Amino acid sequence: MRLVLERRSETPLALRLGSPLLAVTLTLASAFVIFAAMGQDPLNALHVYFIAPLSDSWGLQEVAVKATPLVLISVGLALCYRSNNWNIGAEGQFLVGAMAGGWLALATHGAPDGPWLLPAMLACGALGGALFALIPALLKTRFGANEILTSLMLVYVAELLLDWLVRGPWRDPQGFNMPVTVTFEPEAVVPLLLEGGRLNIGTPIALLVVALLAVLVGRTLKGFEIRLVGEAPRAARFAGFDEKKLTWTVFAISGALAGLAGILEAAGTVRMLQPGISPGYGFTAIIVAFLGRLNPVGCLVAGVFLAVTFIGAENAQIMLRLPLDVTRVFQGLLLFYVLACDTLLLYRPRLVRGAHA
Amino acid sequence: MPAPLIQTQQVVKRFGALVANDHVDLTVEAGEVHALLGENGAGKSTLVKMLYGLLQPDAGRILWRGEKVVLDGPRAARRRGIGMVFQHFSLFEAMTVAENVALALDGDEPLPRIAARLAEVSRAYGLPLEPGREVWQLSVGERQRIEIVRCLMQDPQLLILDEPTSVLTPQEAEGLFATLDRIRAEGRAVLYISHKLEEVRRICEAATILRHGKVVARCDPRAESAASLARMMVGSTVLGVTHEAAAPQGPVRLAVASLSLPPAEAHGVALRDVSLSLHGGEVLGIAGVAGNGQDELFAALSGERLAPRAEAVLLDRRPVGREGINARRRLGAAFVPEERLGHAAAPRFPLSENALLSGHAAGGFVAGGLVRRGQLLGFVDEVTRTFDLRKGTRDPEARALSGGNLQKFTVGREILRRPMVLVVAQPTWGVDAGAARRIRQALLDLAAEGSGVLAISQDLDELLEIADRIAVMFHGRLSAPLPVSGLTRETLGLLMGGSGFPADAPEAA
Repeated sequence: MRLVLERRSETPLALRLGSPLLAVTLTLASAFVIFAAMGQDPLNALHVYFIAPLSDSWGLQEVAVKATPLVLISVGLALCYRSNNWNIGAEGQFLVGAMAGGWLALATHGAPDGPWLLPAMLACGALGGALFALIPALLKTRFGANEILTSLMLVYVAELLLDWLVRGPWRDPQGFNMPVTVTFEPEAVVPLLLEGGRLNIGTPIALLVVALLAVLVGRTLKGFEIRLVGEAPRAARFAGFDEKKLTWTVFAISGALAGLAGILEAAGTVRMLQPGISPGYGFTAIIVAFLGRLNPVGCLVAGVFLAVTFIGAENAQIMLRLPLDVTRVFQGLLLFYVLACDTLLLYRPRLVRGAHA
Repeated sequence: MPAPLIQTQQVVKRFGALVANDHVDLTVEAGEVHALLGENGAGKSTLVKMLYGLLQPDAGRILWRGEKVVLDGPRAARRRGIGMVFQHFSLFEAMTVAENVALALDGDEPLPRIAARLAEVSRAYGLPLEPGREVWQLSVGERQRIEIVRCLMQDPQLLILDEPTSVLTPQEAEGLFATLDRIRAEGRAVLYISHKLEEVRRICEAATILRHGKVVARCDPRAESAASLARMMVGSTVLGVTHEAAAPQGPVRLAVASLSLPPAEAHGVALRDVSLSLHGGEVLGIAGVAGNGQDELFAALSGERLAPRAEAVLLDRRPVGREGINARRRLGAAFVPEERLGHAAAPRFPLSENALLSGHAAGGFVAGGLVRRGQLLGFVDEVTRTFDLRKGTRDPEARALSGGNLQKFTVGREILRRPMVLVVAQPTWGVDAGAARRIRQALLDLAAEGSGVLAISQDLDELLEIADRIAVMFHGRLSAPLPVSGLTRETLGLLMGGSGFPADAPEAA
């Protein structure tokens, strides 16, 4: 007896939908074992992790607040990955977006001037993220440099730049030497949607972006181009599409969305710049993009799920004294299971008896 | 009577739902040249891959001299005395002939001894080779000789040849047949895969015919006609197309003027001073052994590679050498590349999106950046109707279609747009006889309506059937076109072998 993987000629729709669900189920099963091994009641721990965050209005708002940057970044990354452009540096583009938009908030600090400020900050953030993302695009199309390496390494450049800015030129003089900027003026803060929570207009912006990109990918010629270049590059050249131009386009879009997420986070949730502004959104969004099948609506669902694990981790830390690292373990396991289950999409496992009867 | 050399009994091989070999019985006697016939996809390659140990049967058994054997890899097959020459060679271009042979031998013979033995074997079988030459300098025919010699050096009892003449000129093929006679005379057996029926009738004394993975007939091809063999392969009578070759009359639709292009990649072929003119109403055939610059010519005509000067390519007298493929499409040109999956069509995209692939620039399928899905589906239906596509659903993925049906689609989606110029590479490569006839007829009908059709093909019979004039490519040069009436295979064969072309200047390398 041996196990053989046979290529499928067509992938059934049920499997396409079922494979991410199977990955989630396997992650939950692994979590069950891990909790038990850590001496917790697994059912209780799972409840604290995955159910409690969704059971009150505060928790739901927090989930939306966490999901917003994840969704914004991941839908952009999905465009990149669809077209075979491996942008791993969304974390850096997120930070540069926060810095670019934050610069405007700091420059007008003390003399904020009218309602144009916040839209201008958001535009600056998107522009900054886009320009930063075009560096790996330039290196790839011009010199053939591997964009996985360059985009990843630029994350550290962005992190250190932010670090230097908030410890040096942009530090709050009244900040007791903490590495933070001043708190943004009210005009430079993203307005809340509801009183008494942290939900702000970033969330409807993210929903709008998801809708726009869903139309782009599914209905437009540009979306067809993005999918075709990733799926069959030679056929894309036969279709007359310019692969290099497309690399610039998708890096710019995903960088802009990551930058937008960055300034929304800085001007909405945090209201200042500081080194720990992102709990790794740019990297977690990679998992979201794959869990969401590189599909904008899928990214929305997956983003919410990953956000629940973030909140669940905070809950678990408080209520069960579980370390935050457990969340990282879950997220890693989840990506692993998603990729493994994708194999089932392309191949059918079959047990065969020995060939020699 | 001694046991046959090799025998398969009720061998079954499945790939998913497809049964590639369905209880196949094959018997090859020592000292015979045995033909394995069938259309593309009939299961010939699957069967011989099992004989060479590359695939394992799911059921049934293989007997070698009457004894059941398990061939769990090519090495095991070679140890028994089975050698195979593949259709696509596995040679390292930067290494010498002797080094390539040494890599393929299982022992640890020193290189000088191998070179000496190689020279001896190649002399004995009439396969001239210089052991010290580097492979990239050699023609396709010479490369095939390396593959054959390195099989023969292992003293095989059974030699499997997969479509060996598809890359040879008629004269080179004659040389191969003489070698096969010698191999047979030594009591070795040859299993000869081909779909060239005249050739099989000449050199084979037994034939097994496969259709849809099953053995449908066994016969002595010398006692059959090509038509009767074709009937057995296809399962029905194959009609020819109707065509009267004529001298070109219409205006020049497509012209190439002294086009030279350096190779796109190392060891690629450079186009040298290529000129041609394609008139409306004619089919111009481009013949030549594979790898003499046909791919490069197609890329230059389609605009996938740009010419150095705009005037090098003229479409309806307009210089388009610096324009991309979509600009040329908008001017009324259409293109069908050789490779169906991955070049002409995206395998995992539905047919509607594959219609969009080549039609988005000039087909009216896009309005304001949005794709008009209804329009595309209607177009797919029209191709289906006109070209009798067989498919399971209305809009299946391209890879779900058989080779012939996908080819009908990639040719059909261009012809339905009534292009002024159609450039098509290998229009019926790997396509069953019925689909091939339909495609050829469609090309002729398009020309009859006044369009110019340029057909690049390795299949001489096809070109002689549909073309009005034929030019030959050799080492990146293109001969002057010859009218088909009165043209013989021998004349073309000599051109394909390079006679009449200017000698190449020494390589700069």
